[in-house]
Amino acid sequence: MLNKVRPLFFILVVMGLILSACAPAATPTEASQPEKVVETVIQTQVVEVEKIITPTAGPVEGTILVDGSSTVAPITQAVAEEFQREFPDVRVPVGISGTGGGFKKFCNGETDISNASRPIKPSEVELCQQNGIEYIELPVAFDGLAVMVNPANDFAACLTVEELKKIWEPAAEGVITNWNQVRDGFPDQPLTLYGAGTDSGTYDYFTAAIVGEEGASRGDYLPSEDDNVLVQGIAGDVNALGFFGLAYYEENKDKLKLVAVDNGDGNCVLPDLTTVSQGTYQPLSRPIFIYVNRARVDEKDEISLFIDFYLKNAGQLSTEVGYIPLTDEIYQLAQKRYDNRVTGSIFEGQGSTVGVSLADLLAKE
Amino acid sequence: MSTLTALRDVTFERNLSLRKLKGKIFEIIAFFAILLGIAMLLTLLIDVFLDGLPWLSTKLFTEFPSRFPDRAGLRSALQGSLWLMVLTAALAIPIGVGAGIYLEEFAPQNRITRFIEINVANLAGVPSIIYGLLGLGLFVRQLGLGRTLIAGAMTMALLVLPIIIVTTREAIRAVPQSIRQAALALGATDWEVSRDHVLVYSAPAILTGIILAMSRAIGETAPLITIGALTYIAFDPKGPFDIFTVLPIQIFNWISLPQSDFHGLAAAGIIILLAVLLSMNALAIWLRNRLLIRW
Repeated sequence: MLNKVRPLFFILVVMGLILSACAPAATPTEASQPEKVVETVIQTQVVEVEKIITPTAGPVEGTILVDGSSTVAPITQAVAEEFQREFPDVRVPVGISGTGGGFKKFCNGETDISNASRPIKPSEVELCQQNGIEYIELPVAFDGLAVMVNPANDFAACLTVEELKKIWEPAAEGVITNWNQVRDGFPDQPLTLYGAGTDSGTYDYFTAAIVGEEGASRGDYLPSEDDNVLVQGIAGDVNALGFFGLAYYEENKDKLKLVAVDNGDGNCVLPDLTTVSQGTYQPLSRPIFIYVNRARVDEKDEISLFIDFYLKNAGQLSTEVGYIPLTDEIYQLAQKRYDNRVTGSIFEGQGSTVGVSLADLLAKE
Repeated sequence: MSTLTALRDVTFERNLSLRKLKGKIFEIIAFFAILLGIAMLLTLLIDVFLDGLPWLSTKLFTEFPSRFPDRAGLRSALQGSLWLMVLTAALAIPIGVGAGIYLEEFAPQNRITRFIEINVANLAGVPSIIYGLLGLGLFVRQLGLGRTLIAGAMTMALLVLPIIIVTTREAIRAVPQSIRQAALALGATDWEVSRDHVLVYSAPAILTGIILAMSRAIGETAPLITIGALTYIAFDPKGPFDIFTVLPIQIFNWISLPQSDFHGLAAAGIIILLAVLLSMNALAIWLRNRLLIRW
């Protein structure tokens, strides 16, 4: 019996060895990497990040728990990556459980910082209150929602909010099924719709901005939580119309055609760096946020370091991962808001709010 | 010879060729069925290898995830997966094999045993996300373990327990009754019979079951996402009570990013996951052949 099982012990020991060999793994040897670079590999940019002065003398240690929106995660991950380069003893893991899921954990006291692609909702405000969690709300970047069609579509260059509402409102279900119903002069061609899934903050915001009521839309469209699936769908369907985050359009420019949006004033605006950050691409540009647990700021020094680092570098890092930075003025106002430890939401717990100027709201305080 | 028998012979002849034709048609259908499966698998494999091969490098093992595709690696995910495997095995094997032995060798045939048997069989069919919810409620929140490796391993152990119990029982059942009777006749106790005879003879099959169960655990994502394994981790887990991420979650995260370079990285991650899985299966086959006893 023992002889027969010996190999098993051997294997367990080997597995253990592999594991322990992995754990303290030698520092990553970037220099000795074989130059196995393929043409597709882009050159690593040299990242110049704003250094911040450590207030305390000794090395800072700790773990900052972050969770929440998948839209905000790439920015927070980029900030965490650079932050951990500078403060190797502070660990910043970032989870993705959606804006709503993130707030549930945050208001339960399970996380220190929550990523959110929309302002906190009344129900979440209540949950936080019940558990005595106070929070500081900080905008970190803009995200534009792009409306897109197939490149073969040569007639829909610009759509008004009114037309988009006609397409997406609940009453359109099974009724608006042809492009010629959208506007006189559009060809007789079936209309197929693609959009973000109903669990996402993107869907919440789009419906609030276009239909006028958060979470209300027709049900007969093709939803997906994975934006890459939507890209494939629209790219392969000449009748398609869809919406999702601008970052995904930027990576797939050759497969999709962007539609300009007219906010009722006769101006057709395409989303880009300028129109989104200056708020002229309305109503489909939205600010995205992080929420910081107020009490933890006093308990953990590293949180303040992280937030300072975040607000100083969010502009550059959000651009790198495909988002649109806020203006310097807004970053400064956000920093001031953090320095003064202003708690609560500037949106007064209304959830998705359309067409607001962040600078105005922040300046009021 | 009567006309009746002659007639019967003729119909039989005609039926024979028809039946042979039917057999041939079925054979062709069956052949295409297996061809379809293999073609599907090959397409997937070729697709993944075409996307992933250019990204396969040692960097994947030494680097943490990054926003730059050429700097990103699987270091934290690989370690998380290995930790999770070892912890899950340590929890699930003793309990699973023990339960299997009890049910097969010791349990009295009564209502309670039958109730347990039915439930074990049913548990094997419960969707994995349900285990995740249980893990979240029980281990993460109730026991206050947090989103740690140990909470993940306990959830995974629950998930694979039914598989281990069922395969253990089948392995034990395959041991000829005569071996037990021979041992008992020579004065061995029940425990001695189980330990020295039944377990030894069924060890290869039990091991195969265990390793297949572990292979399932390493590829699972849903329960770990539910209990809140994190997606971005840029440090080495320090022990069973540390937070973690695993290979499938990292792959999932890369696939959902807009940049196509990350999709290549995800494909490379899938190749590594496949390699780990296949080597575990190879290990199972090797062990089975090594431990096999013929009587």
